[in-house]
Amino acid sequence: MDKKIRMHVNGKKVEKEVPTHRLLIDFLRYDLGLTGTKEGCSVGVCGACTVLMDGKMISSCLAPVVFADGRKLTTIEGLAKDGELHPVQKSFIRYGGFQCGICTPGMILSAKALLDEVPKPNEEQIKDWMMGNLCRCTGYYKIIESIQKAHQFK
Amino acid sequence: MIPFEYRTPKSVKEVYADLKQFGADAKVVAGGTALIIMMKQRLVRPTCLISLRSVRGLNEIAQKDGGLRIGGLATHREVETSPLVRRRIPLLAETYHHVATIRVRNMATVGGGLAHADPNQDPPPTLIALGATAKAGSGEGARVIPLEEFFKDYYETVLNPGEVITEIFVPALPPNSGAAFLKFLPRTADDYATVSAAAVVTLDKTKKTFADVRIALGSVGTTPIRAREAEAVLRGQPVKSEALQEAAEKAKKAVDPISDFRGSAAYKREMAGVFVRRALEKALAGLKKAPARKGGQTSKRGRKKK
Repeated sequence: MDKKIRMHVNGKKVEKEVPTHRLLIDFLRYDLGLTGTKEGCSVGVCGACTVLMDGKMISSCLAPVVFADGRKLTTIEGLAKDGELHPVQKSFIRYGGFQCGICTPGMILSAKALLDEVPKPNEEQIKDWMMGNLCRCTGYYKIIESIQKAHQFK
Repeated sequence: MIPFEYRTPKSVKEVYADLKQFGADAKVVAGGTALIIMMKQRLVRPTCLISLRSVRGLNEIAQKDGGLRIGGLATHREVETSPLVRRRIPLLAETYHHVATIRVRNMATVGGGLAHADPNQDPPPTLIALGATAKAGSGEGARVIPLEEFFKDYYETVLNPGEVITEIFVPALPPNSGAAFLKFLPRTADDYATVSAAAVVTLDKTKKTFADVRIALGSVGTTPIRAREAEAVLRGQPVKSEALQEAAEKAKKAVDPISDFRGSAAYKREMAGVFVRRALEKALAGLKKAPARKGGQTSKRGRKKK
């Protein structure tokens, strides 16, 4: 059972016929080749598959792609503009916000969503917002620092 | 997941028509954060999904009769961040804030959460303690169901197959009332509760005697549980810590938890007592901190109109 969907992915129009039970994460990774989005727990807990739908973070492992019909999606590939990294990306590099990197695309997209709402969050706000993104390298303090200092790169 | 027919009705009427056409093979889906996991694990295998995501006008949050009317499609995040909810019934915003993570709250809806009916959820105890009702619509009309009568068993509600939750109504707290929700989380912040307890206390004019008390618990039975005997212990009694302890003992008798990785049944029962007592204390403390305005908020508004 297929369905035609239309959406914007990282500012580009996408129109495709998809099986209704195709998950958004599989659509991004296998149909569009956007492998920056990672799959971790597959049950919406770890945050590795975080993408932004109309600016709001969601778990792409919990949404059939048909849920995104008519929406605007942002993945980690869509943050850099004209070869220039997004301030959050620069800050994660400068302040060591990642180690192995598997959680990083989700971390950075969640951080971007936070900074879009609260430009200079304090530590408590960051912890409350980011608690759904797990890092198993125990790099949380560097991640918090990277988010706090991202405004320097604007 | 297995393939399914995906329906996107644009109005409630079209939803009812689809439900009639696809019947028992269909599942209604809103945010999908619970249903899609169950479908991925093949615990449920609907051959048709009727999505509410294109239905307009079902996510409104508005004042009604001094309380709040919340559309079934309002997301948890919308309830949590709504200035109206935060001002009128702050406990509701606080309770929805406790659910999972922002990512889940951006998708999960008020109506979807209730229809999912997992006894470990956070909102039901608070909604039951506040005396909230759900409006269920179908092709045959609509009915209003008190939430304390809504849950039947694990993942089972009194909803008929053709019914959809279109809105909930949460009445305002009476004057001289305090409310609290506590979630016991010994593991991680985004976990389900080991035990959760909500309490609404209303004092009489002297503010020394309980006029009314409502207590509800989550994660300690096959449904959220209202602890009526614990409430009865307090009603009409002077506000004293011994009375709270007695209510906590009664609450322990009202629950029927199971042993799992969040704790043994005996431990959860003990904690149910502890958290009911603490919820009552917190509700009372909130009452002292913010003395009720003369005549309460509703009549004040009424006066203005005159």
